[in-house]
Amino acid sequence: MNYTVDEKGFYGRYGGAYIPEMLHANIEELQSKYISIIEDPDFQLKFRNLLADYSGRPTPLYYADRLSAKYNSRLYLKREDLNHTGAHKINNTIGQILLAQRLGKTRIIAETGAGQHGVATATVCALMGMECIVYMGEVDIERQKPNVFRMKMLGAEVRPATSGSKTLKDATNEAIRDWITNPVETHYIIGSVVGPHPFPDMVARFQSIVSEEMLKQLQEKEGRNYPDRIIACVGGGSNAAGAYYHYLEDERVRLVAVEAAGEGIDSGRSAATSVLGSEGIIHGSRTLLMQTKDGQIIEPHSISAGLDYPGIGPLHAHLIQSGRAEVVSITDQEALEAALELSRLEGIIPALESAHALAALKYLDMSADDITVISLSGRGDKDLSTYMKFLDHE
Amino acid sequence: MNKINRTLKALTKPALNIYFTAGFPQLQHTVPIIESLASNGVDLIEIGMPYSDPMADGPTIQQSSSVALRNGMTLDLLFEQVSEAGKKVDVPLLLMGYLNQMMQYGEENFLRKCKQVGISGLIIPDLPPELYEEQYRELFEQQEVEIIFLITPQTSEERVRKIDSLSNSFIYVVSDSSITGQTKNISTAQIEYFQRIQKMNLHNPTLIGFGISNHESFMQASKYAAGAIIGSAFIKQISGITSEAELDGRIRQFVTGIKSGE
Repeated sequence: MNYTVDEKGFYGRYGGAYIPEMLHANIEELQSKYISIIEDPDFQLKFRNLLADYSGRPTPLYYADRLSAKYNSRLYLKREDLNHTGAHKINNTIGQILLAQRLGKTRIIAETGAGQHGVATATVCALMGMECIVYMGEVDIERQKPNVFRMKMLGAEVRPATSGSKTLKDATNEAIRDWITNPVETHYIIGSVVGPHPFPDMVARFQSIVSEEMLKQLQEKEGRNYPDRIIACVGGGSNAAGAYYHYLEDERVRLVAVEAAGEGIDSGRSAATSVLGSEGIIHGSRTLLMQTKDGQIIEPHSISAGLDYPGIGPLHAHLIQSGRAEVVSITDQEALEAALELSRLEGIIPALESAHALAALKYLDMSADDITVISLSGRGDKDLSTYMKFLDHE
Repeated sequence: MNKINRTLKALTKPALNIYFTAGFPQLQHTVPIIESLASNGVDLIEIGMPYSDPMADGPTIQQSSSVALRNGMTLDLLFEQVSEAGKKVDVPLLLMGYLNQMMQYGEENFLRKCKQVGISGLIIPDLPPELYEEQYRELFEQQEVEIIFLITPQTSEERVRKIDSLSNSFIYVVSDSSITGQTKNISTAQIEYFQRIQKMNLHNPTLIGFGISNHESFMQASKYAAGAIIGSAFIKQISGITSEAELDGRIRQFVTGIKSGE
């Protein structure tokens, strides 16, 4: 089975570029140039240097002793939370801003849910002296105020998305509309492995640094370069794509994708796309999404703004549909408990998104000498107000 | 020859194509709007299938779509309404919507239903011509439903030719790189673009859309094309109306105004 994208932008039956004519020129330019730009040695040198000196890579692969004892297995945390700006998102924004420069673009737009991608975009725009506009749902602006302030402090303009549910999906629609209106000078830094081809593949390539480092780190620590299992949360799925990337074809490695069940799969307030979704088109890509029988997109729910998305990247739809990845669904409550557990056992406060990945541990059948890597995609600073409410209840 | 190009060919004046969102402002307004547009001399009617995530539409059409969906609009109901309207008017009816709607209905079912209720053509902005040719052309041809593609100032000449060869009704000329509903005066750059398209001598007539809102812009755009398409400006006119009598009056006033400037 092949898990890489084909020349038309498909992963099996998922992917492609279902875009209006107004975006054709931009998408075609990206499709024809992205691989040669990314593979250019000078580009790679700049990209790698920034990842190292600016973002602080490689991020540690940390053997979590007390967590391992609790689950009676060998558990490693891939510490993406230790990146500059606090999550894996910056791997992609560094790559895309360098690409935007190569394309001669002068204006950057982005969408954001929790604000992590917005902050990572505002950060690299400040670094490169580029104009930056971030679309963010009105609801998210209200619930993620610290990140809104961070973006503003970094010089970005935060524009509220006021349509639909006023969250990530709607911010993405607004960003696409901006790009339609300003196609010539603007590059759209999409934040996940979603959207029309080549975005899913491009973002996966920039995030693939995560599993590239794992190969080396596991070799050093375990004497073999692969784990038995990789666990990652999936909203759109960029941290999972990065953590899986170099192991996609290595069937010895089990891939576990953790979705947000929200208040429960059957509660009507969920974001478990692979269970509740069906094949359709969202944001220019054929994939699994939550929709009515008429194809209207259903508003998702998750306590974690980063997983509060009704679709899933086409790579993940393919991995799940083909059986390459298994899915675990985690409720809001389980994620909160897992965040508390990691905080108390390891002294690491995870992002709510990453807490979903941790919460999957209890559902997995792991033997004592299994090696499992959990993608700790972000840190929990942004979620402190949610955590405080939870602790008050406990 | 199909109903759309028959109609366009017979015209001696610029073609006026009006867009509205089905089920807006009230769920049962679809049929009266079509009747009123037809009796006031609109040449083509474009019926929007309300969608939750209309990527290529501006705030006015988005808003009208949300209202229509809240009103309870569905594709089945839309087909019923169109079928009823089709018995009363002879104007070519077009549907505008997004590929996911067609896909979930089942492409073949959807097209068969279009033919059955008398839909002459479809505008699906997120169905690119390449994909149409590969996967959908045969189905459209079987059901005798025409596809209408968009072109923009960024569309290359080669691509415009390709789109022309795939079309058999008209080509929708997006007046500017923009989403719907941005009203601006027609600029020199736009006129140069319209003239460039006009000089290509395409097989299909063109209609100019996006940003056409009054008699002046309608007449100006029509100098460079067979006519023009008005959407957001019309939606704004009928927004909030509840009675059918008021709806009819407002439509008469609007259409007359566009055509004659009065």
